[in-house]
Amino acid sequence: MSSREDILGRVRAGLQRNGANAAAGREAMAAALANRVQGPKPAMDSSPKALLERFRVKSEQQSTTVDIVAQESDAPAAIARYLTAMNLPKSAVAQPSLAALDWSGAGLSVEPRGARDADLVGITGCFCAVAETGTLMMCSSPETPAAVSLLPETHIAIVRAARILPYMEDAWNLARQELGALPRAVNFISGPSRTGDIEQTIVLGAHGPYRVHLVIVEE
Amino acid sequence: MEIKSMHFKANASAKLADVVLQGNLKNAKGKFVTKRAEAIKDLDDFEGTRDAAVAIRNKVIDNLDLWLERFEQKALDTGAQVLWAKDGAEVCRLVTEIAKRHGVKKVTKSKSMLSEEAGLNQALEAAGIQPVETDLGEYILQVDNNEPPSHIIAPAVHKSLSDVADLFHKVHGTPRKTEIPALTREAREVLRGHFLSAEMGLSGGNFLVAETGSVALVTNEGNGRMVTTMPKVHVVITGIEKVIPTLEDLSTLMRILPRSATGQSISNYFSILTGVKRPEEHDGPEHLYFVLVDSGRADVVGGDFHAMLRCIRCGACMNHCPVYQTIGGHAYGWVYPGPMGSVLTPLYAGIENSIDLPHAATLCNQCGIVCPVKIPLPDLLRKLREKQTERGLRPLTERIGLRLWAWVAQRPTLYALGASLGARYLKWLAGESNRIRLLPTAPEWTLGRDFPAPQGKTFRELYAARRNATPRA
Repeated sequence: MSSREDILGRVRAGLQRNGANAAAGREAMAAALANRVQGPKPAMDSSPKALLERFRVKSEQQSTTVDIVAQESDAPAAIARYLTAMNLPKSAVAQPSLAALDWSGAGLSVEPRGARDADLVGITGCFCAVAETGTLMMCSSPETPAAVSLLPETHIAIVRAARILPYMEDAWNLARQELGALPRAVNFISGPSRTGDIEQTIVLGAHGPYRVHLVIVEE
Repeated sequence: MEIKSMHFKANASAKLADVVLQGNLKNAKGKFVTKRAEAIKDLDDFEGTRDAAVAIRNKVIDNLDLWLERFEQKALDTGAQVLWAKDGAEVCRLVTEIAKRHGVKKVTKSKSMLSEEAGLNQALEAAGIQPVETDLGEYILQVDNNEPPSHIIAPAVHKSLSDVADLFHKVHGTPRKTEIPALTREAREVLRGHFLSAEMGLSGGNFLVAETGSVALVTNEGNGRMVTTMPKVHVVITGIEKVIPTLEDLSTLMRILPRSATGQSISNYFSILTGVKRPEEHDGPEHLYFVLVDSGRADVVGGDFHAMLRCIRCGACMNHCPVYQTIGGHAYGWVYPGPMGSVLTPLYAGIENSIDLPHAATLCNQCGIVCPVKIPLPDLLRKLREKQTERGLRPLTERIGLRLWAWVAQRPTLYALGASLGARYLKWLAGESNRIRLLPTAPEWTLGRDFPAPQGKTFRELYAARRNATPRA
C-alpha cells in the first residue's frame, strides 16, 4: 500500500468514514469553499481619506517611512529626494512595470529588470495595500518580479491611494476580480525585514531590506 | 530527532542548576507575554476571532481526508507535485531523492519543525548534501554543533548575546562583536552567499490553502522568501493537519497567529505561494514539491486528542507556562516543548518514551487561556495521565498506592478512620511548628517547600460537628 493510501486510510478510520458521512462532509466542504465566510474584523472608517491616514500610521508603526505626492509623475523626484536625504546611491533596479516613468529626468539611473545581489535600491509598485495593518500586497509576474522587494537593502514602493483597501479580505477579492487565479507569489510586506532571535531584541534588516520607504500617490 | 524525554526529571534538575541558562531565561521571561497582551488589544473582537479560528480548524480536521484530497488536487493543478510521508524516515528518503534528481548540492532551509522531527539535516549530510539553516536562531544552533531548538518560534531563546558573540567569533573567525545589529549583519553576509548558490530551498508551511493549492508562510527575516524565490527547487514539508479552506480563513488566522506568537499585528512577510515559476518570470522555483507528513498525526484523528490537531504552532502556551519559563525548552527532550509539546511528544514519539511530560505542568490553565485555537491543554494532559495509568506505565509504588486508596475510598467507615488517624499523625509529625519539613510517604513534595500541617480534625468530623450544632429546620 502506498503511504498516501495508508495515511488517508487511517484518517478515514479515525473519522469512522462511511458513505453517509462522506456525503455530508463533501457538502460541508463545498459550502465552505463557496461561502468564504469572513471572520470578525476590527472596525474601520473606510472613507478614502481615513484609509490613507490609517495606512500611513500603521506603516510608520512597522518602521516604514512614508511620503505623499499628488500624482505618479511626481514619484521619481520624490524618490530622488529620499535617496539624497538618506545618503543612498542614485542607481536602482525597478520592476519593469515602472519602466515608463521619467527616472533620468529626476537624476536617477534606474534599470527595469529582475533583481541581482549587487542591487542596493529596489523600486516597486504594489498590487494593492491593506490599511488594517499597514501592509503592501505584492503579486509576482514578469512585470513585477518578487526579488526586487527582497534582495536590495532599500525597498521603495509606489502606492496608489485608490488601491488602499481596508482589509486583507478585500485584497483577495480584488485579486480574484483582476487576476483570476493567484500569481506564483503573493507577498504581503509590512515594513523592513527584522529578527528578534538574539535576546528577543528587534533588529531591522535581517535577510531582506533594512528600510522600506513608501511614496503614496494621491491622484 | 532523538527523543530524550524519558530523562525529563534529570534534565529539568540540571537546567534549574545551570546558572547561565537561568540568567538567560530570566531575561527572556515575560517579553512575549507582554507583547501579546498589548497586540490583542487592537482587535475589537479577539474572542470572536478565536472562535472563528476554532471553527476554521475544526471544519478541516473533522473531515481531514476530504480536505487533503481537495488540497492535493488543487496543488497538482498548479503544477506542484504532492508526496506523502508516513514517518521521519520517509521524509528523509523523499527529500534526499528530490535533491539527487535535481543535482542539488546545497539546500537552504527556512524554519521547519517537521524537519527537526525527521532529523532531516543529518540525513541530507549523510547523502553528501549540505543543509544550511537560514533563520537566524536556527543558524546559531546549527553552527553550535547542531544544538536542538528550545522554542518553536524563538529557537535560540536560551542563548545570550554574549553566547552568540563568542560563537560567531569562533565559527566565522571574525573579530568578536558585542552589538546585536552587528551580529545580525554578520549572519546576513554569511548566509547571502548560500541563498544565491543553493539549488534547493526547503520550507515548512504555516497553512495549506485548499481553495488555491497554495502554501502560506509567516516570516519576519525574509529568509522564507529567499529560500522560496531564489533556488530552482522548492520543497515544502508540512503536517497533514495544516490544511485550511479559503483565503478568507487565512486572513482570520493571520489576525491571531502573529499576535499570539510574537505580539505583532502581522508578521513582516506573509507569503502565499502557488505553483511554479510562470513563463517569462524572472524568479521563482521551476519545481515545487509538497511533502505531506503523517508522523503520528493520522492516528490522532477522531480520538481523545483530536483537538490537538487544531494547533497553529504559535508558542503562546510555552511563553505563558510557569514550568517552561523556569526550565526552558531543552529539558522536554524532543522537538516541541511546553504544554503543547507535553501533549504532542507522547502522541508522536511514544507515550512510553515521555512518562514525565504530562506531569510537567501545574495544570494552572494559563496555556488553555491564551491558546488562540482554544485547545484544552490541561484536559489533554490529564487524559494522557489517565492513559499512562490504563497502560500500567506509572511506577509500581504509585500504582499500588492508588489501588490501595481506591479500595479504602470505597469503604466509608474505614476511610473516615484512616483520614482521622492520618490527620492526627501529620499534626503530631509537625509538632509545634505546624509545618512538616519532610513528608515520609512523598518526600518529593517537601523538597522545595514545607507541607502545612492539618489542624487535627478531618473535614467529615468538622462537618458532622457543625450539622449537630445547627440542626436543619
